[in-house]
Amino acid sequence: MADLRRAAILGGNRIPFARAGGPYARASNQDMLTAALDGLIARFGLQGQRLGEVAAGAVLKHSRDFNLTREVVLGSRLSPWTPAYDVQQACGTGLETTIHVANKIALGQVESGVSGGVDTASDAPIAVNEDLRRVLLQINSAKSMPQRLALLRKLRPGQIVPETPRNAEPRTGLSMGEHAAITAREWEISREAQDELAVASHQHLAAAWKRGFFDDLVTPYLGLQRDQTLRPDASMESLAKLRPVFGKNGDATMTAGNSTPLSDGAATVLLSTDEWAKQHRLPVLAHTVDAETAAVDYVYGGEGLLMAPAYAVPRLLARNKLTLQDFDFYEIHEAFASTVLATLKAWEDSRYCKERLCLEKPLGPIDRSKLNVNGSSLAVGHPFAATGGRIVATLAKLLAEKGSGRGLISICAAGGQGVVAILEAA
Amino acid sequence: MKLKVKVPGLPEAARLRRYQPGHPLVDGPVLIASAGGRVRDVLSAVIPSPSSPSPAAGEGGSSRWAAILFDGTAMRAIADLGKLHAFTSQTFRNLRPSGRLILFGTPPEDCSEPEASATQRALDGFIRSAGKEARLGSTANLMYVAEGAETVLESTLRFFLSGRSAYVDGQVIRIRPAKPVPTQDWEHPLKDRVAVVTGAARGIGAAIAETLARDGATVVVADVPAQGATLTEVANRLGGTALQVDITADDAPQRIAKHLVDRYGGVDVFVHNAGITRDRSLVNMTPEQWTSVLNVNLQAQIRINKALVEQKVLRDNARVICISSTSGIAGNRGQTNYAASKAGIIGMVQAMAPLMAKRAATINAVAPGFIETAMTKAMPFATREIGRRINSLNQGGLPVDVAETVAWLAQPGSGGVNGQVVRVCGQSILGA
Repeated sequence: MADLRRAAILGGNRIPFARAGGPYARASNQDMLTAALDGLIARFGLQGQRLGEVAAGAVLKHSRDFNLTREVVLGSRLSPWTPAYDVQQACGTGLETTIHVANKIALGQVESGVSGGVDTASDAPIAVNEDLRRVLLQINSAKSMPQRLALLRKLRPGQIVPETPRNAEPRTGLSMGEHAAITAREWEISREAQDELAVASHQHLAAAWKRGFFDDLVTPYLGLQRDQTLRPDASMESLAKLRPVFGKNGDATMTAGNSTPLSDGAATVLLSTDEWAKQHRLPVLAHTVDAETAAVDYVYGGEGLLMAPAYAVPRLLARNKLTLQDFDFYEIHEAFASTVLATLKAWEDSRYCKERLCLEKPLGPIDRSKLNVNGSSLAVGHPFAATGGRIVATLAKLLAEKGSGRGLISICAAGGQGVVAILEAA
Repeated sequence: MKLKVKVPGLPEAARLRRYQPGHPLVDGPVLIASAGGRVRDVLSAVIPSPSSPSPAAGEGGSSRWAAILFDGTAMRAIADLGKLHAFTSQTFRNLRPSGRLILFGTPPEDCSEPEASATQRALDGFIRSAGKEARLGSTANLMYVAEGAETVLESTLRFFLSGRSAYVDGQVIRIRPAKPVPTQDWEHPLKDRVAVVTGAARGIGAAIAETLARDGATVVVADVPAQGATLTEVANRLGGTALQVDITADDAPQRIAKHLVDRYGGVDVFVHNAGITRDRSLVNMTPEQWTSVLNVNLQAQIRINKALVEQKVLRDNARVICISSTSGIAGNRGQTNYAASKAGIIGMVQAMAPLMAKRAATINAVAPGFIETAMTKAMPFATREIGRRINSLNQGGLPVDVAETVAWLAQPGSGGVNGQVVRVCGQSILGA
């Protein structure tokens, strides 16, 4: 096998993230991902080129989109000879696809590739009622007309009620917010601390937009020019007015202001070998270093649904002989403000680190001024599978601007999973 | 396509011959005459089988000429002008639709004798009047070819002969000696050239990008981030790259320079097309309306040019083309800010031209007149109709007419044209 090569991140493109039911309400996953990919192609002059592969995915996906990413490639300006496949790992999808492409580059299997993801909470699939679906399938496979007629008699008015996707864990029946609320209470994450993180996210994102940071990372789509969730004037006072929406007791702390809204959007990242980048005269922003995925037993294991990154990060640090403080940027996905805060608190907690993470001493605190410096999901929005690509491209550019250093990405995902990765400046 | 409105009593506009790839240089026989000048050989070399005036056929006879060319570079006395009159008065009526009358002279300022200067300057008045008399989409233009500039005349000659110059009428172009750069493929004169067009997401900018790409250039299309969606479409259609940048941002010159050096090692053609209007009468114009127009249309160009020159982003033989406007020449009611900015562009171009010449580079301004765009579509009917018709060709121009002019100036072989203002206005009565 060839020696491992470094996978380079050359840039990214996404469309502004929109609120569900907003300007992208009538856009499909395929539409949005194609727009993001075509913007990437235009930025880097990739028209007609055959790339090694395109890996992307969506969490909320229609059955007709079984080959979503390949269909997107065929509808884009890339060469139709570019292979593509779908990945689906809940909110970890975007980062996981980046890891896939980076690994293939490292192994010498491809020279270039695009990773990414897309999600629409507006154009979500609605399935036929399960009873109705069974009857229809039986009718389809029935061999004679009398059999079919007999089956048709099984149809009932109640079967009209469709199956809609729910933001709930199948094994617990609890929504993600309800799970997060349990964790927030366990870790005693205050309302103020959560609101503070949310305000910082909005302020950081607004400043980044203002200084043109996203000029070469975002392409407007359907008239939307900037992330729709962004509230540049968000303040502790304005957030304090919101009523809690998750958690049932009087001490509920999680509001619409410190939780991510349902969003629509798509993001892509361009990766390659250093050699390919040089041949195409494309500056390298950053390199991928390593990645780790963890899962926790949130059903019976007594761990929080969104706490898997707490486990993934120390394993990744140990393998790379790094401490949690060895980073210049921390990109911790803000599914909920409380999730970020609970994770940081867990890493500082000696008992948790010892008993759960099996560490001799806690990972310790991070310099909070290095956390989500250009805002994160609370302000940007969170179209599930698109978040990973957004974070990778943002961090890669931050590292390129700084010209040195490394950054840590941490993304929690449904099903008790967490995907984390390290990038370093080129 | 242009909306055709028939107004009783007004002449109908002729359909102009516009260039399409594969079109011949001219669509019929070409007549060449001279008063013993210096450019005749160049003309004969470029035109496949030129005709000469034959006295038997009465100076051109009954042929229908696609173009008539007159080499007046050697004329030094007022009496010489009689030859021009004798020749053109006989042949002018026989121009085909979209025909060409092209005169060649010696720059009056290069002549030592007052009468010689006067004789050459007379061509200027002659051609402008001939342009107004020309019919059926024909144009009349004058090239002042300086001594020694004959070797760099060809790209300009080809432009004015062809359908590329459809809406360029009544113009006087000076061609000065420059380093000759041979053009291998006249269908793709911009092959291997990297060209940037600002404001390229729509309208004239998109047409310029498209025309430069058609002529073989690799195009970088730039526009404000807000126009990113259409910019992406333009870039992908032309196989170019999209650069989202607000040219008025502090770091814009630096970003553009870095982008061009990183991605292309430099740039050959830079087209400053981005511009805005904030029309208001002078007394009602706010400081914001004034400043924004001056910043986008003029200040940004100056800053970017400075960065391109100082950081050696412009390669040898580079071409900078700045889009001005006939408003900047003639002035326009409600456009003190816009006209100031567009006139300022001409000042910048003239000041930079000598510096550019030192590196075999050029800088020129193109001043469009009434061009059919989304902006003119939104004008009130009467204003629009008047704007369209107050020119020798009796119609508005198309974005591609501006684009073709830019593409001609962008050619490596156009080094002899520097520091000039070329109007694309169908010889509008506004602006000299």
